Amino acid sequence: MVTKRIIPCLDIKDKVVVKGVNFKSLEYAGDAIELSMKYYEEYADELVFLDITATEENRKTLIELVKEIAKVIRIPFTVGGGISSLENIHELIFAGADKVSLNTVAVKNKSLITEAAKKFGSQAIVAAVDINLVNDKYEVFIKAGKEATGIDGIEWCKELQDLGAGELLITSMNKDGTKSGFDLEFLSKVEKNVSIPIIASGGAGKKEDFRDLFFDTGITAGLAASLFHFNILPIPELKKYLSENGIKVRL
Amino acid sequence: MITVLDYGAGNIASVKNVLDELKVDYLISNREMDLCKGDKIIFPGVGEASFAIRKLHLMNLFNLLRIIKKPFLGICLGMQLLAEKSNEGDVTCLGVFPGTIKKFDDSSLQVPHMGWNNIIHNSDNKLFHNIKSGELFYFANSYYMPENEFQIATSEYGITFASAMMRNNFYGVQFHPEKSGAPGIQLIKNFIELC
Repeated sequence: MVTKRIIPCLDIKDKVVVKGVNFKSLEYAGDAIELSMKYYEEYADELVFLDITATEENRKTLIELVKEIAKVIRIPFTVGGGISSLENIHELIFAGADKVSLNTVAVKNKSLITEAAKKFGSQAIVAAVDINLVNDKYEVFIKAGKEATGIDGIEWCKELQDLGAGELLITSMNKDGTKSGFDLEFLSKVEKNVSIPIIASGGAGKKEDFRDLFFDTGITAGLAASLFHFNILPIPELKKYLSENGIKVRL
Repeated sequence: MITVLDYGAGNIASVKNVLDELKVDYLISNREMDLCKGDKIIFPGVGEASFAIRKLHLMNLFNLLRIIKKPFLGICLGMQLLAEKSNEGDVTCLGVFPGTIKKFDDSSLQVPHMGWNNIIHNSDNKLFHNIKSGELFYFANSYYMPENEFQIATSEYGITFASAMMRNNFYGVQFHPEKSGAPGIQLIKNFIELC
């Protein structure tokens, strides 16, 4: 049986890990390589790196960083942020990334998902979806959460699967940074509507939140950032707790 | 020297990084000559099966790989291509192992099969030297090899499937040892030193 995955997310700005609250103010959270090695040693199951500056000038720096990361960790990792072409994906994968995550570009240029999945395999293509609750409706946001699209969250997740995405990374903006738990209502609805694996993100503040995610939904992966970076909930402690609660994890 | 067969479809950086860590001599190539020159071959297949087979034909490697006598390790798609046939792109493969590669049932399972899963081996195969049965390895696959007489490890995902196989000089693993922490490095080391 596959274990549940615990995934730290590292928001990258100039080789440094930062953490924003509700997609806004930024705080220094550590060196990218050092944190990667720490998480690898702590049995994190995968890592996700999101380049939040994502400009063309920074792309070279990001590729160099990906190469460095691939040298020091022996677990899979996903890289995202500002990817706009097959060429960008190619560079990241050849630098050592196992998967890339596509967000804004997926909305603007749907065929990129399909082309990328055909070329690199759908297991390498993660579709990232930022969701916010607007007037009681779950709506898709793009451009790091700044722009509403009017697209329905569930419909979009289904379409991403049909386009060829191998995994969904769903961030609940309404929960992000609040430490009030994952948005189980939306997540379980998506999970019932797609057959690809889902990584849940946004709102985790304590170990019980992960337990509830794995108990109450069929979702197999939970992601968090500051919770791990600032040692509020160390990964070994979280995994020990989940294991004691009968949830299968890699220890 | 190890020849890492690269047909240009994906992430071989990870295999390369492990070989660097193990301080092994290796050459990354898609040339017939380099495959004949190396002592052992590692084939980290990535991408889609029919595309990969087409590449092997174009590079004139298809027949060579069928008959080569050197220790050969196929990883993930690199293992699946050793089967007779794959339902992914409906393609005839190398035919080292009898059987057809099939897709996991996505009406009852999340597909791709993504994450850490146990491998059960009760063999004393050298590939598993110092690796306990039940150890977790990282998988990322939508297709699988059904159980067969050449399997040396199995895993469960909805059904039981062959997660490692061996026949003569050919070894194949469905999981990614290069992405599976310390046990994965041990497996690659075993292939290089013992197989």
